[in-house]
Amino acid sequence: MNFDFSEEQNLLREQARRFLDDSAKGKARMILEGDAPFDCELWQGMAELGWMGTVIPEEFGGVGLKHEDLCVLAEEIGRSLAPTPFSSSVYLATEAILVAGSEDQRADYLPQLAAGEIVGCFAFGEGLKKPNAESISATFANGKLSGIKHPVADGDVADFAVVLARTPGGDPLLVLTSLDGALSEPMETVDPSRSYAKLTFDGTPAEPLVAVDNGWDLTERVLDRAAILMAFEQLGGAQKCLELATDYAKNRFAFGRPIGSFQAIKHKLADVYIATELARSHAYYGAWALTSDAPDLPIAAAAARVAGSRAYYLASSENIQTHGGMGFTWELDCHLYYRRAKLLNLSLGGERRWKEKLIARLENRNVAA
Amino acid sequence: MDFEDTPEEASFRSEARAFLDAYAKRKTPGASFETPDSVDELVTAAKAWQAKKAAAGFVGITLPKEYGGRGGTMMERVVYDQEEANYITPIGVYEIGLGMCIPTMLAYATEEQKQRFAPPALRGEEIWCQLFSEPQAGSDLANLRLRAEQDGDDWILNGQKIWTSGAHFCDYGVIVTRSDPSLPKHKGLTYFFLDMKSPGIECRPIHQISGASNFNEVFFTDVRVPDSQRLGKVGDGWRVSLTTLMNERLAIGERPPPAFEEVFQLAKEIELEDGMALEDGGVREKLADWYVDGRGVTLTRFRSLTALSRGQDPGPENSIGKAITGKMRQDIASFGMDLMDISGAISDADNAPMRSLFQDALLSAPSGRIAGGSDEILRNIIAERVLGLPQDIRVDKGIPFSELVKKEKA
Repeated sequence: MNFDFSEEQNLLREQARRFLDDSAKGKARMILEGDAPFDCELWQGMAELGWMGTVIPEEFGGVGLKHEDLCVLAEEIGRSLAPTPFSSSVYLATEAILVAGSEDQRADYLPQLAAGEIVGCFAFGEGLKKPNAESISATFANGKLSGIKHPVADGDVADFAVVLARTPGGDPLLVLTSLDGALSEPMETVDPSRSYAKLTFDGTPAEPLVAVDNGWDLTERVLDRAAILMAFEQLGGAQKCLELATDYAKNRFAFGRPIGSFQAIKHKLADVYIATELARSHAYYGAWALTSDAPDLPIAAAAARVAGSRAYYLASSENIQTHGGMGFTWELDCHLYYRRAKLLNLSLGGERRWKEKLIARLENRNVAA
Repeated sequence: MDFEDTPEEASFRSEARAFLDAYAKRKTPGASFETPDSVDELVTAAKAWQAKKAAAGFVGITLPKEYGGRGGTMMERVVYDQEEANYITPIGVYEIGLGMCIPTMLAYATEEQKQRFAPPALRGEEIWCQLFSEPQAGSDLANLRLRAEQDGDDWILNGQKIWTSGAHFCDYGVIVTRSDPSLPKHKGLTYFFLDMKSPGIECRPIHQISGASNFNEVFFTDVRVPDSQRLGKVGDGWRVSLTTLMNERLAIGERPPPAFEEVFQLAKEIELEDGMALEDGGVREKLADWYVDGRGVTLTRFRSLTALSRGQDPGPENSIGKAITGKMRQDIASFGMDLMDISGAISDADNAPMRSLFQDALLSAPSGRIAGGSDEILRNIIAERVLGLPQDIRVDKGIPFSELVKKEKA
């Protein structure tokens, strides 16, 4: 039984935390209050450390590490609120190309992705429509993509997109397209420290990702892999909120004593601790499943996603509550985590949807067994 | 990361499996040890099984060889427990004695006493119980008031203990008493072991809401205990008690059904207004939550086992299982009955689904949230020992126990 990160991975974590403590400090607020869509300087710093190429093979200019290592970075990024397109470019676009890109596509995209020279995004949603294989209206025919995708995380800053579309025959597929030929309009969200856009394609040149036959299965596979990585961002954020709330409860006095000595606060924070530890255990299992390409990766991903979403929402909302009136001010950082928690919890599809996936997958496993 | 045994663990596991295959029946879905109606039958079955385990060297796995143990590691104990959980064996009779009482004896008794008491306890010939809680001392254990007064070479015990599992069939017990009420509550305590057949001890079973009687009230009237059976110094009983309780936290393991698997199965079998329960969105959402919680506890246990396997103490994450699974079992029982609608109230095993598993659990589940550290106390422990939050204001601190008792009565 070795269900923990290794010594080397813990060193990687320490290095990442030192870098982010310094380079990401105050940056989420800076982006939230300013006009820039993300922090270029921070992105450059991450690129210099090789983070975008963590799991990209060395032959394509990456570092060739395991997904477990990328999970370590994701947790630290979540903790630091780093305002960059890392999740869109690394967990989604890069993973899609790694899973289903042709040799040419891998050679074209991966070296630039590894170096952080280009940013990718993943355009799968179409507004409030139900996200399933039948509901997609974006179309791909004769090398041209048409349709409207929104909301797309980092759609306004990305150089290219992986887009979910349908063939004229109605089959779903993922296509790669440069965003030079697309209309990109920024969208306002509850967390302006991250950017979202609406992408309009009108006969935009695109090429399909073909190494996996079924486009819908491929989409689910990419989302599952991203869900595990995102679960680590959620975990990092939840853990940080727990620490902030605990720290405040030790130092804030009311009725002549630290509020952390009241059981109402103790039990609340114990529940946040429990939710965070459950999320940690599920995320670790997801890391193992992703790294070893385990058959129950889809179940592990859905469970990690649900546990991560629950923990981050609980931790970020109870962090505000523990801070009392101050927690509700613009000045304190509590709201940055609260915003980010909800944004991340919705980004790959919300908690309800992932619970549904989880039960459907458990049913299938039972049938198969 | 991996979930593989080390070579040593793997070889121990196959050794344990070979023994269990030879002497016990493997569990099939839905089948488990059926507790016999009479206590005598249970004890007879448990004694026979314990003797077989002892002969094969699978008792007291972490305890030293010179006292009848195996001299193995915590990890080996866990591996053995994991394996035995797959077989139908009588459980519950030795958990407290071997998990808590004997380790305390080994820490505090004289060499002669250890030689005399540990081996027969491990072989299952003598059964031990723990006499801690009192009517006025549950979560606040140090509020206990069973009186011990010295009389020459003996102590005389008067008072009452409660919630003592198996007191009626036990041979020996460990007990914490109030030896000096003029001292503050944690200071005036003294710890002993005693013969449960001593004159002046009377056990009365407690009738629980489930109908069962797993616990007792134990009354002490002028019970004589020799000073040679004192464990630790006079007035040091609190510290000795903590040794016992520390072992309790490690002893808690398997969770009784119904859990996710059973309610998932039930949802496949029950028909609602418009289709099977498992097709209902509300049902599916609850199932997902329980899967995530239950599986999360299992995975968290894997993290603790990793620490054990590396020879470290398991971290505080070990306590979260007990903090949530009691309530989860109660909620699952209640929800399962709700799926059965009007018939959910029916509790006879021939008519209720899964032989009235859910109905029985509704009535037994409350104890899981109270016994061995209540949900609330566990949250205090997490808040104070893990998160480092300050202790609650203690209005009983430094005050002589006798004064506290007067206040309570006022």
